[in-house]
Amino acid sequence: MLLKVGDVGVLLAGAGLVIFLATLSWRSDPGETVIIRAAGHIVETTSLARAQHFSIQGPLGLTQIEIEPGRARVARDPSPRQLCVRQGWLTQSGQAALCLPNQVSIEIRGRAFAYDTLGY
Amino acid sequence: MTRSVIELPVQAVDRRIARLAALAIGLTLVEAALPSPVPGIKPGLANIVILMVLLQYGWRTAAWVSGLRVLAGALLFGSLFAPGFWLSAAGAATSLGVLALARYLPQPYFGPISLSVLAAFGHISGQLALASIWLIPAAALLKLLPIFAAAALVFGAINGVIVARLLTQPAPEPNISPLS
Repeated sequence: MLLKVGDVGVLLAGAGLVIFLATLSWRSDPGETVIIRAAGHIVETTSLARAQHFSIQGPLGLTQIEIEPGRARVARDPSPRQLCVRQGWLTQSGQAALCLPNQVSIEIRGRAFAYDTLGY
Repeated sequence: MTRSVIELPVQAVDRRIARLAALAIGLTLVEAALPSPVPGIKPGLANIVILMVLLQYGWRTAAWVSGLRVLAGALLFGSLFAPGFWLSAAGAATSLGVLALARYLPQPYFGPISLSVLAAFGHISGQLALASIWLIPAAALLKLLPIFAAAALVFGAINGVIVARLLTQPAPEPNISPLS
């Protein structure tokens, strides 16, 4: 008999340990607030709890930011390459979308900050 | 002045340990040639030998073979006393420590697979403990912890199955012709 009763127990305990470690160290941190910056200054800090809409004026024009419960995105932006728009919805703490040509950015914050500081 | 001659009589036990250590070292070298996606994740094929030795000749012999493997393996890789050597030594020592306790598990219920998995977890925890204290004292290692643990579980189980299979076969004393 290759696999004995205790072996099954050890394997299950090992699998349990792996799952425990995975949930412990890969716990995701859902965002709770969103910070909107324009030209380096915070213009809006708001909760991710309810749907909102912001239009921020930048050097190139209006950047439209859409917030839904639990997520936020840059909906429209006048930047030529549309990088921040194509990033799509942001949900996790520490995620950010930067529209550099228009000097507007959004950043998601959770309960615990994923980073001490972010330099762009 | 009398010339003192130190004689070290070679016992059959010594020959056996040397032969088994050579086997373990060979597997270590073979394993080094295998590519690995994450540094530090290896099948640990030498542990098959260590476990076989433990089950057939006892813990002392296993400790000798393991120690010689770490030392001679590092000599062959040219990594003696380098960080990798210490990590290897820490893993081997912890693994042997776990096996020293685990060999008292009741045999009817716990086979080689249990020993192998426990030894693999011991190995990786020893290595990671040393690495996190000495080499990478940051939380970055924590993110890789589940990967290391999963690798230990999988490879430990596979090695255990190999040992169990090898033990169920009729085990002839390997008749290696002496080289000299």
